[in-house]
Amino acid sequence: MSKNEVITVRKHKKLGGSGILMNLVSYSLIGLFALACLIPFYLVILGSFTSDTYMIKNGYPLFPTGSWQFSLEGYNLCLKNPTEIISAYATTAGVTITGTVIAVFLATMTGYVLSRKDFPWRNHFSFFFFFTTLFSGGLVPSYLLCTRYLGFKNSYRALILPMAFSVWNMIIAKSFMAGIPASITESAKMDGAHDFLIYVKLILPLSKPLVATLSLFSALAYWNDWYNCMLYITDDNKFMLQYYLQRMLGSAEAMRRVAENSGIAITTVPLESMKMAMTVIATGPIILLYPFVQRYFVKGMTIGAVKG
Amino acid sequence: MGKNKKSKTIGPPKMPFWKVVRKHWMLLLMLLPAVIYVIIFSYAPMTGIVLAFKKYNYQGGIYFSPWNGLNNFKALFISGKLGMVTRNTILYNIAFITLGVVMEMGAAILLNEIGAKVFKKVSQSLMFLPYFVSWVVVGAIVYNLFNFERGVVNNVLVSLGLDRFDLYNTPLAWPFLLTLLKIWKQTGYGSVVYLAAITSMDQEMFEAASLDGANSWQKIRYLTIPSLRPTMMTLVLLAIGNIFRGDFGLFYQTVKSSSLLTPVTDVIDTYVFRLLISNGDIGVSAAAGLYQSVLCFITIMIANSLVKKVNPDYALY
Repeated sequence: MSKNEVITVRKHKKLGGSGILMNLVSYSLIGLFALACLIPFYLVILGSFTSDTYMIKNGYPLFPTGSWQFSLEGYNLCLKNPTEIISAYATTAGVTITGTVIAVFLATMTGYVLSRKDFPWRNHFSFFFFFTTLFSGGLVPSYLLCTRYLGFKNSYRALILPMAFSVWNMIIAKSFMAGIPASITESAKMDGAHDFLIYVKLILPLSKPLVATLSLFSALAYWNDWYNCMLYITDDNKFMLQYYLQRMLGSAEAMRRVAENSGIAITTVPLESMKMAMTVIATGPIILLYPFVQRYFVKGMTIGAVKG
Repeated sequence: MGKNKKSKTIGPPKMPFWKVVRKHWMLLLMLLPAVIYVIIFSYAPMTGIVLAFKKYNYQGGIYFSPWNGLNNFKALFISGKLGMVTRNTILYNIAFITLGVVMEMGAAILLNEIGAKVFKKVSQSLMFLPYFVSWVVVGAIVYNLFNFERGVVNNVLVSLGLDRFDLYNTPLAWPFLLTLLKIWKQTGYGSVVYLAAITSMDQEMFEAASLDGANSWQKIRYLTIPSLRPTMMTLVLLAIGNIFRGDFGLFYQTVKSSSLLTPVTDVIDTYVFRLLISNGDIGVSAAAGLYQSVLCFITIMIANSLVKKVNPDYALY
C-alpha cells in the first residue's frame, strides 16, 4: 500500500503536459462510457413511472419535465393480477438458489481435486473436461436427449441442470486453488483428515473470493436465464421471470400487429408503462446483489490464468 | 490449459492403476459427480451427431431412426442459406472480437490511470450494469429507444424537426446496432480481467520508468500494453475458437423474427434454432449443428497451433 502511495505521489509531482492530457482523456472517456451504460436504465425506470396517456401522446420520456407526472400505473397494472408474477418470482428465486449452490459446489470440488499436484491423473481429467469446450454435439442432439430420455419437458430440472456445471468455472476454481499452499493439504493429511474434509473445512474457507465470484456468475446465469425456459417449459406455473418478460414484450408486439391489420381497438395489449415496469421488476434483485460481492470481484477474477 | 509436459517428465514415477485408485479413491469420488454430468450433458450429445445422417422419426429416436446418407447436408446446402448465415456469424464475431479487445483493454488502462477513488469505483460499477441484465432486458431497452411511434430516439428526432427512424425497416443499421449492444454489454466485465492483470504487474517497473522520465503515454505504450499481451492472446484465442458460434441471446432477443432483417442478422445459431423449433426439421438442423461444431473445432485447433508456434506460453493447451 505504501509503495503504491509513493508511486501516486511521484506521478502527481511529475504531472507534466502529457500527464494532464492523459488525465483529461481517461476521466472524460471513462465518464462518458459509464454514462452510456447508465442512461438506458434511467430511461427504462423513467418509463416505468410514466402514465400511459402521457406515452400515447408524447412517447417515451427523455426527461421528467413538461406535462410528465409521476405515475405508478405500470406497477399497479403489473401487480393487479399478481399470481403469475409471484409464481415466476418464486420459480426464479428457487432455481437461482438451488442452481447456484450446486454449481459452486461442483466447480470448487472438481477444481480442488484437479489442483492437487499429488493426484497423478489430474492432467487426464483436466483434458476430459476441457475437451467439452472444444467440441459439442450441438443444440439438436442435446435437446432430443433432454426431452426424450431425461424428462426435461415442464420439469424444474430443465431449468437447473443445463447450467449446474461449467468447465470455465471449474478452471477458475482450479487455478485459484492452485495458489493455496500445498502444505495446508499435506499437514491436514498427516493429522488424518480425509480429502473431502480438507476441501470443506480448510480449502473452501480459504477461497472466499473465489466462492463469491463463482456464486455471482452462477446466480446471474440462473436469474437471467430465459433460454432453457423457452426450450423446455410450456406450463405457465413454471415460467422464469425473464421468459415471462420476454413473452410480455413479444405478445405486445404480436397483438399490436394484429390490431393494426384488423383495426380492432387495442385493449388487451400490455400497456407501455407496464412493459417498462415489468422490466424493472424482473431485473431488480440481481442488480442489488452486486455491491455485496464487488469487493471480492477483482481478486476472484485473477484469471490471467483463464488457462489454469 | 492442463497438459504441463514438464511436470510429466520430472514428476513422480508412474503409479500403477490400482495403487492410484486405492490411494486417491476419495479424490476420484469427488470427481465423480462432475464426470457423470459431463458424460450426460456433453459426451452423450456428441454421439447424437449421428442424427445429421439420419431420417429422424419418433419411434426410432436418436439411435434407431433409419440412415439417410448425406441427404440432410444436401438439403442444407441447397437451401442456400448456409453461406449467408456463416458469413454473418464470422463477420459479427470479427467485429465483436476486435472492438471488444480495443474497448476492454482501453477501459482497463484508462481506469488504471484514474487516481480519484470514488470516481473510479462509481464508474466501474456503472460499466458493470449492462453485464448484469439479460438479453431480454436489452430487448426492452432497444424497444424503449427505437420504437417507431414512441421510442426516445424518435421523440428526439421529431422534436428536432427530423424524420422518424424506422429501425425494423433499415437492415443496414443492424450490424452497427448489434455490435454496439454487444460491446456495451461486455466491456465492463471484460475490462476486469485486464485490470486484474495490470494491478498484478510489477509496480517497481513503472516506478523505474517514471524515474527515467517516461511520461504516462510512454509507460502505457511500452510497459502496460506489452505486459497485457498474454492475457489478450488467451482471450482472443478463446474467442476465435467460437468464431462460428453466434451469441444467440443477442440476435434472438433484439431482432425478434423479422424476415426483412434475416439477410443481415441471421447467424448459424438462430438458423439452427429456427430449423428445429419452427420447421421441426430435426435431420437438417442436426446437420447444420454438426457443420458448426466441426468448423469451431478446426478453427480452435488451427488458432492454438499457430499461437504455439509464435509463443508456446500463450497457447491454450
